Amino acid sequence: MINWANFISQCFNGLVLGALLALISSGLTIIYGTLGVLNLAHGAMFMLGGYAGWVAYTYTSSFIAAVFAGSLFVMIVGVVVERGIIRYFYSRPHEDQLLVTFGLGIVFVEAVRFFFGSLSKAVPPPSLFQGITSLGFMVYPTYRLALLGIVAVALLALYVVLYRTRIGMIVRAGIEDSVMVDSLGIDVYKVFMLVFGIGAMAAGFAGIVNAPVVSIAPDVGEAILVQTFVVVVIGGVGSFPGAILGGLIAGEIISITSMFNPGYAYVMLFVAMTLVLVLRPYGLLGTAGRE
Amino acid sequence: MLRQRPLLVEILTAVGLIAVPFVLPYLGFTPTTINRILVWGLFGLGFDILFGFTGLLSFGQSAFFGTGGMVAAYLLTIVEFPYVVPSLFVGTIVATVIGYLVGLIALRRTGIYFAMITVAIAEVFFFVEFNPLSAYTGGENGLPGVPAPALYLGFTTIRFNTDWSLYSFLAFWYFIGTVLALRIVRSPVGAVLRAIRDNPLRAAAVGHDIHGYKLTAFVVAAAYAGFAGGLLGVMQGFMPPDAFMFDTSGQLVMQTAIGGAGTLFGPLVGATVWLYLSDFLQTTLHIGATWKLVLGVIFVLLICFLRRGLIGGIEDLLAFVTGARKKAEPPEEAPVAGVTAEDEQRAAAAEMVREPAIAAMPARHRETDRKTGAILQVKGLTKHYGGLAANSDIDFTVNHGELRGIIGPNGAGKTTFFKMLTCEIPPTSGQILFEGQDITGKTVTDACQLGLTKSYQINQLFNRLTVRENLTIAALAELRGKFRLDLFRSLKRVAGLDEQVEHTLELVDLVDRADTPVSDLAYGEKRRLEVGLALATSPSLLLLDEPLAGMSPRERVETVLLLKSIARGRTMIIIDHDMDSLFELAQRVTVLQEGRVLVEGTPDEIKGNSKVQEAYLGGVHGVLAAE
Repeated sequence: MINWANFISQCFNGLVLGALLALISSGLTIIYGTLGVLNLAHGAMFMLGGYAGWVAYTYTSSFIAAVFAGSLFVMIVGVVVERGIIRYFYSRPHEDQLLVTFGLGIVFVEAVRFFFGSLSKAVPPPSLFQGITSLGFMVYPTYRLALLGIVAVALLALYVVLYRTRIGMIVRAGIEDSVMVDSLGIDVYKVFMLVFGIGAMAAGFAGIVNAPVVSIAPDVGEAILVQTFVVVVIGGVGSFPGAILGGLIAGEIISITSMFNPGYAYVMLFVAMTLVLVLRPYGLLGTAGRE
Repeated sequence: MLRQRPLLVEILTAVGLIAVPFVLPYLGFTPTTINRILVWGLFGLGFDILFGFTGLLSFGQSAFFGTGGMVAAYLLTIVEFPYVVPSLFVGTIVATVIGYLVGLIALRRTGIYFAMITVAIAEVFFFVEFNPLSAYTGGENGLPGVPAPALYLGFTTIRFNTDWSLYSFLAFWYFIGTVLALRIVRSPVGAVLRAIRDNPLRAAAVGHDIHGYKLTAFVVAAAYAGFAGGLLGVMQGFMPPDAFMFDTSGQLVMQTAIGGAGTLFGPLVGATVWLYLSDFLQTTLHIGATWKLVLGVIFVLLICFLRRGLIGGIEDLLAFVTGARKKAEPPEEAPVAGVTAEDEQRAAAAEMVREPAIAAMPARHRETDRKTGAILQVKGLTKHYGGLAANSDIDFTVNHGELRGIIGPNGAGKTTFFKMLTCEIPPTSGQILFEGQDITGKTVTDACQLGLTKSYQINQLFNRLTVRENLTIAALAELRGKFRLDLFRSLKRVAGLDEQVEHTLELVDLVDRADTPVSDLAYGEKRRLEVGLALATSPSLLLLDEPLAGMSPRERVETVLLLKSIARGRTMIIIDHDMDSLFELAQRVTVLQEGRVLVEGTPDEIKGNSKVQEAYLGGVHGVLAAE
């Protein structure tokens, strides 16, 4: 028998997880769409955001400082990696790009393990959002509610940047046809660097704001990376709205299935992904030719 | 490299495997490490066929490794089935079947999508093994108590329960695995797989069912993974659940890349380096868990600087060292004066023989020679891209044996028209009849199998293969059909293959360049090979999209001669902007303008036609008037 209060609370969990996945996947998908590189280190960047935030938190005891540190640090890592390594791979086969980002992911994870050990670290939620809130029909942890808002704001910010600014217009044009953008006299490589930075920052930001919910450990990014892939396949590669839709779908599937049996969460995710692949091979909101 | 002296590689492998126990321990390898290297090497043989040879990078091989291992271990422990090798085979079969099913889903997409899907599917297997199926797999504990293999000889039983006896067991299977993999790689299927890696579009266009072949490679890789997984359990006496983990897939990918993909032995070399370093860093340098960080850094550096892995690097180094000597050697043709004279004679003879040789082109499409009437009929062919009409309502008929030219200003829709004829893109409306059969809506592969193919405006070659290999790929499609599972047949035993390839080499005048990699060819030679690829499928109707594009005047003259010789006994349609050449070649010419047929007639009629003159010159006036 379904316990309805439990069910609704799981739906909320799904929403929170979904919004988070949407944010991380947006980062992955705009990087792929613009640069043509699938960043297998994206999960590790999520993890790096958590750790950078945790370090800042232990020094300042300020959650805001932690969020800034987490996002900025990962953005810098993204830019450095793009300038130092990834840009030499644009002309190389996709397989090489996958291999090098995969290797970078391992280096990040193992470097963190080296400096901070394998034990998980916790970042407490900011004092404002501690405790639980009664929503009338159920009680729910306050920080998770706040997280929903925080992530929604971040997604909105990403939307504004992508759809309401000049640079966003260039990025979206780059997703459609980066060669054309280049021939219009826009320095597409500068855009690439920026996109990689923003995409990485999305993962880093998600990593730190999620830290109060799920404590951080060096391998926390791996599961996230896999879920992100499913989101992108469902939503359609290179599609920002697709990442959001896919994220919410994946979040709800994981949460609701977990209510019955967590072991089947991935099976259901996989079923959803297969259905999409069979019925709409380019993803729900994707278009052909972005492969 | 793998092909020139077939048995040599097998013998060297056997010798190497026998020598290992006498050599490697002195280099600091423990027997356990050596055994693990063999399991990973065997796992990697299949993976290399998938990744190195077919170009499909899967991050989900752990699913099949784990499945094969768990099924075998389950039979040997919980079911208490006493026979090790049959259990391994059952595990392999289950992994193979699952590989087939997973392949059906994962291969719906290519490139990075394929990589992402394989990761996701492998993760599903991991969770299923851990949770819903934990009663069978032991969940996070795995399955302990896997027995050692034994050989019943009647009078005595050999048990492979010590490190070195186990080594002989593993080495035996590694050897079998290598022999089979070498046969696959040298088979027609192996050739097609390499073609898919280099240029999947062209592989499909010359008539291969590339989806079927990709699935084949995927299933082969799953089978190897399943067997290797079973061996892992047998080797350790315990089937660990981490066989299912993403790390397993990742380690396999990294080992293959470190050793060098596309070499079959790359994964073995990579595993040797990987496992040796991990042992060395942990036990000798005592750096604990940091070994993985060090290996990760090494891996990233290797990917950045040594694109083809260690084996590729060694090959390049050898080529660099011996390169100077090779270049100093005179070309094969002129070593001795006497032979030169002979060669000249032979060349002259070949020149004379050439025409009869062309007439004797052996192909199933030859009977179409004697046919008359229309070979191709097109009715109302239309293609819209959104609001843009690339082709509107084209009616077009070509008779058997005809050589038709198509001209038209840029943007007239010539290439779009060709793409629809070869079924590369579906028409918005209209019908295409080829030899009386409706081919509208068929695939480019089927069209080619029926005898209709084209050479591309922009070269679509298999760049990492030699000229001969390129033509072999095309000829195989005609000789074997679009899909055939002759995995263990040697290329040499495909009847008629050599003749067809040699013949095409002569036709496109690339005999001297037969064993040159495409990447080393001059532009004009590539252009001829482009025509040769289409020709080697023995088409009854050959479409040529701007065969003269980008050629020097001299090359043009040569190529026109070449096209004339090809045209004998063949139906061809040629698009080109070089009107002098085209009018010289074609019997009739069709003029396209703005996606419509403007006029059709003999070259002389077209030359004198005022509409055509207007289309080419008057277009300017039209634009000016519009402004």
